[in-house]
Amino acid sequence: MENLIEIRWHGRGGQGAKTASLLLADAAFNTGKYIQGFPEYGPERMGAPITAYNRISNTPITIHSNIYEPDYVVVVDDTLLETVDVAAGLKSTGAIVINTTKDNDYLKNVLKNYNGEIYKIDARQISVDALGKYFPNTPMLAAIVKVSKIMTDEEFLNDMIGSFKHKFAKKPEVIEGNMKALEMALKQIEKVN
Amino acid sequence: MGIRERLSGNEAVATAMKQINPDVVAAFPITPSTEIPQYFSTFVSNGQVDTNFVAVESEHSAMSACIGSESAGARTMTATSANGLSLMWEMIYIASSLRLPIVMSLVNRAVSGPLNIHNDHSDAMGARDSGWIQLFSENNQEAYDNTIMANRIAEHKDVQLPLMVCQDGFITSHSIENIELIEDDKVKNFVGTYNPEHYLLDKENPIAVGPLDLQAYLFEHKTQQAIAMKNAKKVILEVSEEFEKMTGRKYGLFEEYKLDDAEYVIICMNSTAGTAKATADELRNEGIKAGVLKVRVFRPFPGEEIAKAVSKAKAIAVLDKADSLNGQGGALYEDVVSGMYNEKLSIPTVNYVYGIGGRDTTTKDIRTVYNDLMKLEDKPANPYRYLGLRGDK
Repeated sequence: MENLIEIRWHGRGGQGAKTASLLLADAAFNTGKYIQGFPEYGPERMGAPITAYNRISNTPITIHSNIYEPDYVVVVDDTLLETVDVAAGLKSTGAIVINTTKDNDYLKNVLKNYNGEIYKIDARQISVDALGKYFPNTPMLAAIVKVSKIMTDEEFLNDMIGSFKHKFAKKPEVIEGNMKALEMALKQIEKVN
Repeated sequence: MGIRERLSGNEAVATAMKQINPDVVAAFPITPSTEIPQYFSTFVSNGQVDTNFVAVESEHSAMSACIGSESAGARTMTATSANGLSLMWEMIYIASSLRLPIVMSLVNRAVSGPLNIHNDHSDAMGARDSGWIQLFSENNQEAYDNTIMANRIAEHKDVQLPLMVCQDGFITSHSIENIELIEDDKVKNFVGTYNPEHYLLDKENPIAVGPLDLQAYLFEHKTQQAIAMKNAKKVILEVSEEFEKMTGRKYGLFEEYKLDDAEYVIICMNSTAGTAKATADELRNEGIKAGVLKVRVFRPFPGEEIAKAVSKAKAIAVLDKADSLNGQGGALYEDVVSGMYNEKLSIPTVNYVYGIGGRDTTTKDIRTVYNDLMKLEDKPANPYRYLGLRGDK
């Protein structure tokens, strides 16, 4: 498992964290990687905290367990910051990416036990501007690609056009908005510390 | 050269079933295997297969419909999990005793109760003595490959037994991973057409199916089932060899991972074998001779072959993902040690029941097992142990 990257997603049921993890797996697969994308299934209800995972590697992946010491963590809903230990086991060489409008002092304080890099992005505003609706998973997908450097921005955007054309074959009118959301997210992600 | 794809374990099995294009699929949905009949019924609706899909009202009816159609001479497949298999109970014995080569995808899940939808092997272990061939799969690729090979094995004239392809619920059934698919025409040629020797719709050669069978013959008929199960070993190897020629992917009765010079060996099945391989790699980097034996064919059980493969080990741990609740040890452990006894092997061997009800099993957990093996006494005081259990063991 050469260059294995492990990612943990925290979100709430209905926000698309699972879908985002599968889209990330898809994008990495399309650049030739070995991938895993899987949610942790629990009681499935709207709004309940959920976790999803990605492993991405240059060689076949044989481990089949959840991820306890991730390289990166993505937080799709900042109300989880005070209820779930989102940085648990997160490597200090990695980073955490949060969808939030909270100020940097708040974020540094709530994650004071974590020594690695913190990034934030206003996925709500991007989603509303680009899509007219709140779908945080599209900007968060771009944010984690940018921070983890799994692939270049160009590789990612080229691949996502194809994915969206396939995924939204029956709703082509949303492709442009989703692409715009990705591009905005790549530009607007901000380092907190 | 195959088709590079990424699919979940359930998608992989449904894709294999699409390529096999069986005559009949009868199934009732149950988590975590629901997606298999769901995807397959889409293939039926889209005209991608000519299968007659029978949406029944229970698993007992699903297996009954499978028995009816397979008796009639139709290649028949189904999918289920846990309590679904429990509800089939009466009929799975009838399927095997009527020598009907039905193929089932069993997505392993804990049998209730209390209610749990997550993975362990209690469903498959319950059916271990039912006369079904049982193949286990580490990941989506193996679930797919085993399904492609299943009909050929089950329908072979020396076998004629039903077969279940097992994979771990959620852990592999719902995880997207890389997979190499085989081209449709190659699968079609490999699987071939089903030409049963005797079947109900053969009006030139009428037969009776399932008549009364009392003291005079039942014993002989059961023994014929037992002989067919023994024959299955050779047939599985032949079909696997042919499969290797087509795909380059090698399958035996079990997989030996770094076993040649291994001093400490873990024997297990399904997805945990992958986690164990990763752990063995870590230990090898530290100079510890760790190995893994992954059982693919659990029924028929390759006891003699496994014993020979581990004969040079210093200590062995057998991991069971189901507790037999018998005061003695798990099913895989008991079969392994009885195989070792017949080969006059007296290597210290212990059993770990693990992963019950979806309890996660990590490389750290597996490492504790290898650590235990490195200091295992000649006659282990307590060979029936637990891995990952909270509190006192």
